[in-house]
Amino acid sequence: MTMSELPGAVGAAPGSPPPGVPRKGTRPRVGAMRRSEARTGIALISPTVVIVLVVVIAPLLWSFSLAFQRIRLINLRDAGIIGEYSFDNIIAVVNYPGFLEVVLTTLTYSVLGTAGSVTLGLIAALALRRTFRGRGLVRTFMLLPYVAPMVAVAMLWRTLLDPQFGFINHWGQELFGWDDPIGFLSNSSTALATVIVFEAWRQFPFAFIFLLARLQAMPGELEEAARVDGATVSQRFRHIILPQLLPTIAVLAVLRFIWTFTSFDEIYLLTRGGAGTEVISVRVFDFLTGRGDIGLASAQAMMIAVILVVLVGIYFKFTAKRQQDFQ
Amino acid sequence: MTVLSESIPSTTEHHAHPPRGHGFSRDRLETGFFTIARRVVIVLLLIITVFPFYYMFLLSIRPLGDVLRNPGALWPAEFDIGPYVEILLPVTDGGQGFGSFMLNSLILAGGTVAATLLLAIPGSYAVSRLRFFGRRQVSVLFLAVYLFPSILLAVPLFVFFTRIGLRGSLIAVIIVYISQTVAVSVYMLRNYFETIPVSLEESAALDGCSRLGTMWRISLPLAMPAIVSNGLWVFMVAWNEFLFALLFLVEDRDRWTVSLGLSQLTTGSLDVPTTVLMAACVLTTIPIILVFFVSERLLTEGLTSGAEKG
Repeated sequence: MTMSELPGAVGAAPGSPPPGVPRKGTRPRVGAMRRSEARTGIALISPTVVIVLVVVIAPLLWSFSLAFQRIRLINLRDAGIIGEYSFDNIIAVVNYPGFLEVVLTTLTYSVLGTAGSVTLGLIAALALRRTFRGRGLVRTFMLLPYVAPMVAVAMLWRTLLDPQFGFINHWGQELFGWDDPIGFLSNSSTALATVIVFEAWRQFPFAFIFLLARLQAMPGELEEAARVDGATVSQRFRHIILPQLLPTIAVLAVLRFIWTFTSFDEIYLLTRGGAGTEVISVRVFDFLTGRGDIGLASAQAMMIAVILVVLVGIYFKFTAKRQQDFQ
Repeated sequence: MTVLSESIPSTTEHHAHPPRGHGFSRDRLETGFFTIARRVVIVLLLIITVFPFYYMFLLSIRPLGDVLRNPGALWPAEFDIGPYVEILLPVTDGGQGFGSFMLNSLILAGGTVAATLLLAIPGSYAVSRLRFFGRRQVSVLFLAVYLFPSILLAVPLFVFFTRIGLRGSLIAVIIVYISQTVAVSVYMLRNYFETIPVSLEESAALDGCSRLGTMWRISLPLAMPAIVSNGLWVFMVAWNEFLFALLFLVEDRDRWTVSLGLSQLTTGSLDVPTTVLMAACVLTTIPIILVFFVSERLLTEGLTSGAEKG
C-alpha cells in the first residue's frame, strides 16, 4: 500500500516464479510484502464474506434449528436458538394430507421440466450453429423468455391460455375443431403438463447459450474427417458431436434440476399450486404465510434440502468415475 | 466403449461405398432433410420466443371490447392507450398506481446494484490478484451460494426480519437481494479480472503507483465493461425478483414492486381487465428488455484487446 513495498511487489511477481524459493537477501522484504498482500486481500473480501455468512449461511443453520421447535408467527417472541426440540414438525409434515403426492409432483415437474428445457436448448443450439444472415439477432431473441420478468411471462401465459378469451383456445377451436375450450391451468388433467411446458419454454435459453458456446468452441477437424469418411449428418451428431456435448449437458441437467426442484415463482404464479400442481416450495410458502406455522414451514423446507442433497449425492456417486475420466 | 464398436462398422461400410456417385445416398437425403428441418426449427423457435411478447403488446393497445369479441386477432383494428393511463394513474385518481411500483422497483434495484458492486469489485479483485489465507475456500463458498435455492432462506429470513421489526422496509429487501447477487458478482468479475494481463498493473507499480492506486487507476477502468454488464445483470435480478418482495412487502401497497404489484392485479380484490394487465406486463418487461439489449452488446466488446502493445 505504501511506496516502500513496491520494489518487493515488482520483484516478487515476474522475477522469482517459484514462490517457495525466494532469492537470497530479499526474503524479509518478500515476507513482509506477502503479509501486507494477505492483509489487503482479507480486508477487501471480508465485507462480502460477512454478508454471505449473515444473510445466507446463518439463516440456513437457524432454519434447521427452527424445524425442530414449536414456533408460530403469533408466539414469535420466543423464537431463538434455544428452545424445546422435538421431531413433532417432521412427523406433522410427513403426515400432512397429500405429502407423498406433493413430493411426486415436485419430482415429475423437475425431471420433465429439466429434460424439456435441456432438449429444447440443444435443438436450438444445433439449429443456430452455422452462421446465416441475422443469426445474431435470432440468438438475442432466443433469450427473451429467460430474461423477461417471471411475473410478466406468467401473466402472459395465463392470458394466452385463458379458457374464455385466450388466444390458444380461440385458435384451437377455430383450426383444430376443439369442442370445448380447455382449462389448461385449472384442469387437473392438463395443469401439470402445462406448467412443465412453461418451465421448458422459460428455461431453455439457459441450456441454449451454454450448448451453443460449447458447439462453437468445438474443433472442426474430427467432424470433417468423419464427413470425408462418409458419415452422414445424423451419424456425425450421434458419434462426434453428442459425445463432446455430454459433459456440458450433464452439468446443465444437474443445475436445472436443482433450480427447478426448488422453484417457487412459476407454479405459484400460474396455478397457486391448484389442479394437482402443488410442489414442495409452494407448500413451504403456505405453511409460513397461510398457517403462520414457522416450525412446520422450516421442517418442510428442510425436506427439500434433504431430498436434493440425497439425489445430487447419488448422481455424483454414479458419475464420479466418469468425471475423473474427463479431467 | 459401445460408441466405438458401433461406429466402426458404419464408417468402414461407407468406405466401401463412397456416397459420391449414388444419386439417393443416405448422406444426401439426410443433408437435404436437415437443411430444411433447420430452417423450420429456426422459424418455430422464433414464433415461440417472440410471438408471446408481440401478443402482450398487441393486447395492451387494443380496446377491451374488441379483445373480448375477437381474442385471436393478430394485429390491432383500433388503438386504445386507455389501459396505460389506468395502470399508471395513482390510486387516488382511479388508477392502479403502477408508477409508484416502478419507482419502488427502481429504488430497490438501484440500491442493490450500488451495494453489490461496492462489495463485489474489491472482493473480486482480492480473489483474483491477492494471495491470502482462505482465498480458495471463499471461491468455493461463493459458488455454493450461487447454487443455493432461495426458498430455503425464505422462512428464516422472514422470521428474522419480522423479529427485528424491519420486515416491510425496503432496506431489508435490499440486504436480502445483495446476498442473492454478491457471490455471483464476485465470481463473474473475478473471471474478468483474470483476463486482464498482470503486466499492466506491474507497469503501474513500477511507475510508483500504490496497490489501491493501481486498482483504482488501471484495473477498474479496464474492467469497466464487465462491471457495467454485471451491474445491469444485478439490476435485472432485483427488478425481476418476486418471492422476497411477496414475503416482505405484500402488506403495504405503498411499498409494492412492479413484480409484486403485477401479481396482485389478478387477485380477487383487484381484478383488472386483460388489457390493463397486459399494459402492466409491458411496463414491467420493457426496462428489462432495454437493459438486456445494452448489456448483450457490452459483453461482446473486449476493451483489453491491444492494451499491451508497445
